[in-house]
Amino acid sequence: MSDADLIRLRSFLAELAPQGRAALLPALHAAQQFHGWIPEAVATEVGRALAVPLADVHGVIDFYEMLSREPMGRTVARVCNAPACALAGADDLADALCRYLKIEPDEVSPDGEFTVEHAPCLGLCDHAPALLVGEAARGSAAPDQAAEICARGGERPISFIGGDVRILTGNCGQGHPTSFTDYSSGGGYAGLKKTLTMTPQDVLAEVKAAGLVGRGGAAFPTGIKWEGAAKAAGQPKYIVCNADESEPGTFKDRILMEEDPHRTIEGMIIAAHAVGALRGYIYVRGEYPYAFNVMRDALEEARRAGVIGGNILGSELDFDIEMRLGAGAYICGEETALLESIEGKRGFPRIKPPFPTTHGLFGKPTVINNVETFCNIPLILERGAAEYRRIGTERSPGPKLFCVSGQIQRPGLYEVTFGATLRHVLFDLAGGLKQGRKLQAVLMGGAAGAFAAEKDLDVILSFENLSAAGLPLGSGAVMVFDDSADMRDVLKRLARFFADESCGKCYPCQLGARRQYEILDRAAAGRPVAGDRERLSDVGGTMIDASLCGLGQTAATAVLSAMKLWPEMFDGKK
Amino acid sequence: MADKTADVSLTIDGATTVVPAGTTILKAAEQDGRHIPTICYHEHCTANGLCRICVVEVDGVKPLVPACLSRVSEGMKVSTSSVRAERSRRTILEMLASAVDLSQAPEINKFIDDYRADPARFPDAERREYPVLDDNPMYIRDYSKCILCWRCVQVCADDAQFTYAINFKGRGFDTGIGTFFDKPMPETSCVFCGQCVGVCPTGALKPKRESLLEQGISLDEIIQATRGGKKRRRKSP
Ligand SMILES: Cc1cc2nc3c(=O)[nH]c(=O)nc-3n(C[C@H](O)[C@H](O)[C@H](O)COP(=O)(O)O)c2cc1C
Ligand code: SF4
Ligand code: SF4
Ligand code: FES
Ligand code: FES
Repeated sequence: MSDADLIRLRSFLAELAPQGRAALLPALHAAQQFHGWIPEAVATEVGRALAVPLADVHGVIDFYEMLSREPMGRTVARVCNAPACALAGADDLADALCRYLKIEPDEVSPDGEFTVEHAPCLGLCDHAPALLVGEAARGSAAPDQAAEICARGGERPISFIGGDVRILTGNCGQGHPTSFTDYSSGGGYAGLKKTLTMTPQDVLAEVKAAGLVGRGGAAFPTGIKWEGAAKAAGQPKYIVCNADESEPGTFKDRILMEEDPHRTIEGMIIAAHAVGALRGYIYVRGEYPYAFNVMRDALEEARRAGVIGGNILGSELDFDIEMRLGAGAYICGEETALLESIEGKRGFPRIKPPFPTTHGLFGKPTVINNVETFCNIPLILERGAAEYRRIGTERSPGPKLFCVSGQIQRPGLYEVTFGATLRHVLFDLAGGLKQGRKLQAVLMGGAAGAFAAEKDLDVILSFENLSAAGLPLGSGAVMVFDDSADMRDVLKRLARFFADESCGKCYPCQLGARRQYEILDRAAAGRPVAGDRERLSDVGGTMIDASLCGLGQTAATAVLSAMKLWPEMFDGKK
Repeated sequence: MADKTADVSLTIDGATTVVPAGTTILKAAEQDGRHIPTICYHEHCTANGLCRICVVEVDGVKPLVPACLSRVSEGMKVSTSSVRAERSRRTILEMLASAVDLSQAPEINKFIDDYRADPARFPDAERREYPVLDDNPMYIRDYSKCILCWRCVQVCADDAQFTYAINFKGRGFDTGIGTFFDKPMPETSCVFCGQCVGVCPTGALKPKRESLLEQGISLDEIIQATRGGKKRRRKSP
């Protein structure tokens, strides 16, 4: 490290020092930006400046996939290896990049410029095969473009946005973020203005009456969560936006942030008024640098316009929001792991109870909601709960976004009202299967979801109907596989995802996710061992029953649903 | 916190018991003369619910719950050895045996017998195998025997010593215990209090003396060797 670098790093760290450990992730990101990786001397500086024990600094660097204690290329090309991209040729793409650069995956090219890595789903599934070149996303990348990709990098692909309604996505699809002015003149921040004339109790009552159910996957009623934090003792209270979106097959939050950032911000400010919070955080996954920048710039606009900061729009309300960038860890989407991550720790989920509403960020009462959940809030306040409930079903009110990817005519983001059928979304909206193909399976809810088949196409998309059909709504991911897909390869990839992403805290998942992957890896290679089916069901059952958090508890649901649909698959060649 | 003075009535495996509010299911079962197996739990360390060998079935709760952490509630119906709980325990033991050297963990081996777990259930499974680290005069670190119970990390940190010499490395299956950039112990903040060695349940951390005796080295030679080690350390800058 040169002296000039050291001086730069030290002055940056001096700015962060008052935040202590809570600035560890931003500090490590900055250190890695300066040097391309985090050598021992730099890690030592970071630990000393923020008063974090050095062994802990090491532990945190190791936890996050995108931080490295070893040299990396100045540009890292991260090629998605999840099913939707794999079906579109992502492995060939990664091979072509490596061949062009004359390196193996994870190696640094001789000139120090490039590293090629296999990455988990990048939230670009509708543009398969996708990759990140440094910070730039790129979709529909063909192997014969390797030279051009290395020379020119990425070019953000624009998603197809469709559906029966355009409520949440009303401002999306223009290919650029909606500015503060455009958002406001289109009726934005009207919900906030109305909120500021209401008491916090009335805002809570409205959100409860709207019957809004969280869109992050756990299907928890938002009003009840807010009420818990509002009633809890302790200050300051926090509002956290979960923008870690890493569930394979999910890209709705990325589009909401990239194209209409103020809707999320408005939802968070309304939440702050309802629960009496002073500070907020938006935690964006490390693989979404563009969305991170858009949100950061939008916050700056909002601050200038006086909708965040002190005395918001002349009212008594004070509330400001800070950004956090994740660094490659699916588990940090789990709410308590996310809070640990903001606090500068490894993303280990906490034991619940206590829940974040009473013991959240820095031990204080905290509301944590998904991006899409927050995007529903301005709508509820602006229209009123009764009007909001006119769309959707009785128990699943409101609009819902579905991320359609895989072997389908028009992959994209589809907005419908709860109550539409799966068939309607896939065939009427997304154009159905490719010419001459038959449906084999639909993965509902992402890797943590379950497989649906032809017989399930008429299921009504709502929390209650899906749950009755034994299918999870999850994050709204809908990944389609036609009869050309090798489902054993798909299952192997899902299992590898969990083995790579298990945090390692509890034994069932730390051990089970790896054992499950090993079994499915040999099944995919056509070499199953006698007894593998029983092994899979014991490992899967144990992960579901005994794991500490939602990651382990869902790491086998897709596999077990596949065992029901295709019992012969684990007995040898299909 | 629950009101500690009130009593709670619950049934464990069909028998009704009354215990003070705030009691864990583990303790309530113990008072009732029932034994629930535990691996990661330790009276003097923060309980983290890691191993899940203590899981029990509670009526009306879908996932199994860890008895070492979960507190009793009025009217709770607990089943300590349901089919699901036993399947989880057996499978956890089989997976642990498939990954870690348990040769010096007699308690876990007893559970393996009790639950008729098959230590060879997972053929061709990747094991966690690491070279033995012998870098200080006080103890050796043989992480192939580490079950990741977290005790050493916790006693080195806020549970006892506030020294923070060791922490986690890696993630998932490849999680391990280590030092800053894998430095030898004498180059860390370690004060050689030996608390980590004291709480390690599997012989992964072991007094140097014991380790040398196991290798058939005489006590005299050991005293020579460990003293020498200390002297060398003093000489280094
Ligand atoms: C492994 C795991 C990953 C998760 N990832 C996300 C995520 O990326 N985004 C999200 O909003 N919720 C995620 N969740 C759910 C959160 O824990 C939490 O329930 C959610 O953020 C609450 O927001 P909501 O009530 O608005 O849905 C995840 C849960 C688990 C177990
Ligand atoms: S279930 Fe998996 S991700 Fe969750 S705490 Fe256990 S090891 Fe970590
Ligand atoms: S070294 Fe011993 S005490 Fe430390 S985590 Fe491993 S088994 Fe537990
Ligand atoms: S980006 Fe490849 S599957 Fe999501
Ligand atoms: S003893 Fe309860 S989880 Fe380990």
